[in-house]
Amino acid sequence: MEAEKVTPTDSPIQSFRVRSFKKKKIAGSVSLYTILIFYFIVISYPLFWMVINSFKTTEEIFSNSWALPTTWLVSNYVHAWNTGISEYFLNSTIVTLSTCLLTVFLSALGAYGLTRFQFAGKKLLLILCMGGMMLSPQVSLVPLYKLIQALGIHDTYLALILPYVAYRIPITVLLIRAAFLEIPKELEESAFLDGCSTWKVFTKIFLPMNLPILFTGVIITAYFTWNEFMFALIFIDSDSLKTIPAGLMQFRDALQTNWGVLLAGLMISAIPIITLFLFLQKYFVRGLASGSLKG
Amino acid sequence: MTLRKMAPYLYIAPCILLMGLFVYYPIVENFRFAFYEFSAFSPDKVFVGFENFLALFQDEVFYIAIKNNIWYAVISIICQVFGGLVLAAILEDPLTRLFSGFFRTTFFLPVIISITVIALLFSFVYNPDIGILNSFLRLLGLEEWTRAWLGESETAIFAVIAVSQWQSIGYIMMLFIVAIQSIPQELYEAADIDGANKFYKFLHITVPQVKEMLFVATLITLTGAFTVFNEPYILTSGGPGNASEVLGTLLYKSAFFRDEMGYASAIATIILILSLVAAMIQMKLFKTGKED
Repeated sequence: MEAEKVTPTDSPIQSFRVRSFKKKKIAGSVSLYTILIFYFIVISYPLFWMVINSFKTTEEIFSNSWALPTTWLVSNYVHAWNTGISEYFLNSTIVTLSTCLLTVFLSALGAYGLTRFQFAGKKLLLILCMGGMMLSPQVSLVPLYKLIQALGIHDTYLALILPYVAYRIPITVLLIRAAFLEIPKELEESAFLDGCSTWKVFTKIFLPMNLPILFTGVIITAYFTWNEFMFALIFIDSDSLKTIPAGLMQFRDALQTNWGVLLAGLMISAIPIITLFLFLQKYFVRGLASGSLKG
Repeated sequence: MTLRKMAPYLYIAPCILLMGLFVYYPIVENFRFAFYEFSAFSPDKVFVGFENFLALFQDEVFYIAIKNNIWYAVISIICQVFGGLVLAAILEDPLTRLFSGFFRTTFFLPVIISITVIALLFSFVYNPDIGILNSFLRLLGLEEWTRAWLGESETAIFAVIAVSQWQSIGYIMMLFIVAIQSIPQELYEAADIDGANKFYKFLHITVPQVKEMLFVATLITLTGAFTVFNEPYILTSGGPGNASEVLGTLLYKSAFFRDEMGYASAIATIILILSLVAAMIQMKLFKTGKED
């Protein structure tokens, strides 16, 4: 607005102002970009180092860990895959898929019950559903271990899936509930007039209408499950049932100093979730915005 | 009760049942367990009153762990909350708009990668012979600074804490980016007309406007600092000696190496109390901040 009022007669002063403003702008850009590039190196260098050294022999990592590999050993990846990573990968996939589906389905059910009905004890149930968000798993590790033994599910996939689902429900209910609250009452009322049951309204209207938010729920649950370490370490004993995070510890011990293969194993473990993130960034960020991803 | 009336309870029941069994019941049990002495595979428990807690308060490793958790909290608040906010503000600055997407994605990458992968990668970064860190110091001519970062008791815990920062700054940064994006643009425009500089705008517009997120971020960081387990366990297992022990690793060792389940429950109780106290102090501080 101010600028439009300036008449051509002011131009020397104006151009001086513009010039000094531009200088300031350049100085500002330079300092901001310096910080960004510095931090970029801090983050990307170790990752880059992992990528290039995962293609080298141990001797080459020792003699020249900074340079590109003389020959790119894809065989490291094959070796890693055959030394257990394939098994861990399968286990992680099974546990992650089951956890995601169960968590999102049960949370959607819960969110539906909490948003579309009036009933006694609604507030209490809401608090119970959300309250778990503040409790960290470390605190109940011993009783949980005992419980899993008592249920006879120790050292099975269920020993991971059930606690994972229970700990991910609060954040997922929070996420889905917010979306369900937005749906106007009239929509279901007309469905009820047509003789639909609440179950039908849930499966035919609420689930299809909220696919993006359900998908966000799947993504943040997948992220958590794929990377979870402590339960995976403690509730599974058999090497053949371990998920990637716990299996990698075994993998490291088995390989001793075969570092190129170890790094290749790390790469294989990290790639699926990074790929998922790069393609679905939008859903990750939405999940983040509605609460904490890490739990 | 008709089915219609039962319906909401039926919808919510699976969530409540699962959480009741795997979240709430263990928390309550943990308080009880802390007063008993027992081992993992025997059904017998002996009531010992406060003995576990008394033993804990006389255990010098417990104080090392507490001290390390406090270091964790302090450094995490500085790096993640302050550093994350600054990075977010820079990436949301109009001057960096051209490349901000690229930087944002890169800075967030460590958050996505499993902590096991990152911790094993950093055991290479810290490797005395081939590690990036020592090589870099040699390159700068700082030969005398090189050391076995994870192997020396003075540096071990800080090397571990640094890994956590490296991984988590991007996460808190992303939370702040989301918060900054919802600040009305007019506030900045008005400040521009008054000729305010960036520093002023950061302190007087950005910071007050993201106060809610500041609270959430501090809470997440503090809780994380008192419950940390993965990084110290994978990188040092609490060593050398007990130099990098934290409450989480001490709990794990008591329960699953020494089979002192009651003692471990007592440690868990302390962790719970510490994180609740941190949360309460937080709420109080931010409440009083809101009144003025």
